[in-house]
Amino acid sequence: MCLAVPGKVVSLQDDGTGQVDYMGTTVLANFSLLPGVKVGDWVIVHAGFAISRLDRAEARRTLRLFQELEKLNSAD
Amino acid sequence: MPPRKSSLETLSDWRSGPTIRNLLRAISRETEAINRPLRIMEVCGTHTMTLHRSGLKPLLKEAGVVMVSGPGCPVCITPDYYHEAVIDLVTSQKNIIATTFGDMTRVPTGRGSLQTTVPSPGSEIKIVYSPDEALELAGQHPEKEVMFFGAGFETTIPAIAFTAKKAAATGLKNFTLLAALWLIPPALEAILRSGEVDIDGFIYPGHVSVIIGQQAYSFVAEKYRLPGAIAGFEPADVLLGILSVVRQVRAGRPEVANEYRRAVRAEGNPGALALMAEMLEPYEAEWRGLGRIKNSGLRLKSEWQKLEAARRFNLRLQPGKSLKSGCRCGEVLKGLLEPVDCPLFARHCNPDHPQGPCMVSYEGACLIEYKYSSGEKKK
Repeated sequence: MCLAVPGKVVSLQDDGTGQVDYMGTTVLANFSLLPGVKVGDWVIVHAGFAISRLDRAEARRTLRLFQELEKLNSAD
Repeated sequence: MPPRKSSLETLSDWRSGPTIRNLLRAISRETEAINRPLRIMEVCGTHTMTLHRSGLKPLLKEAGVVMVSGPGCPVCITPDYYHEAVIDLVTSQKNIIATTFGDMTRVPTGRGSLQTTVPSPGSEIKIVYSPDEALELAGQHPEKEVMFFGAGFETTIPAIAFTAKKAAATGLKNFTLLAALWLIPPALEAILRSGEVDIDGFIYPGHVSVIIGQQAYSFVAEKYRLPGAIAGFEPADVLLGILSVVRQVRAGRPEVANEYRRAVRAEGNPGALALMAEMLEPYEAEWRGLGRIKNSGLRLKSEWQKLEAARRFNLRLQPGKSLKSGCRCGEVLKGLLEPVDCPLFARHCNPDHPQGPCMVSYEGACLIEYKYSSGEKKK
């Protein structure tokens, strides 16, 4: 039940809701738990509510870590 | 279809074969140095799902890590008497719309399930995707009583708290909440305190952590000296969490690591936490399998009692006659029993005829084992 799906915010409405695009499927989400959301942000939505904004810099940092592991292993 | 961009936009980087192989190799390098197999509990059912669906469980075993499923399935840990109280209500009273999340309707109890029960005239059981939908129904049906039977952990609780607050603010008089809301840290402490389960560390639930942050687990490292890592839900996310735990074991330095930093902040989601504190208060809740745990459940605060379904309908939320099916879901939830070791598994109990909630929920360890693993006893 704690499944939550990442998607991209494509529109915002005045009532605190907006549309989120999940790889081509657009669904209404409530942004009341995530103040300051902007169009273009990546968010995680659970039970119709966005609960977290994804941090692109942190995502890149993790991906770089995967690349370092590759180097570590090829040094074996 | 336009081409999709890489990294954040697609998830392929977190699922790529070479990355998975590298992570597994790094894990086995650590376990070889530790020189014994490790047992790590994945608290969250969605992690159990990732481990099975991507075939990681046997690969991890080869790498020296045995994964043990924990209590992280709200459908599974909600005692039967909640369902039975709802069944009694909709079968004895007219014009009740009982709403809940999909999995909840299939849990078998001594009085049948919400799905199989036949409600009184004008009453019905409706599946909703979001608590907000239940509130909308209340607005559309002023002639009926709409009850939301909400089960969930910290991930789901803010959405439910928000809906309760909105219901109070809009002055709708026909909306109530039956709260089956559970908190993860007290349950982990109960597991550790019981001393029944032999584990070397935890993979903490990523989306619970989005709300509660990193500090909520610090007692595990400080008081129980046990490693742990918050992890996301892609295969590489889970392996990264496991790598962190095995490194902590090897170094003898337990901590609460955050390996899901793109989604989880150290402080959690402060707005969501404030909303929970405004609407709800902790109490000693009863969990299936784990029993009563101090401060492990949340219920509406006294000033919001008008929204409390148990009070409005005088629901009896007490253990009744239990279903004697031989279901051992309680032991599965504590990590004491593997689904395949339950005598009912894949014999009298399967997803079409579940004997207990662990075979019902999409996060239930038994359903996941049945669906994704060959399971020696599965026929």
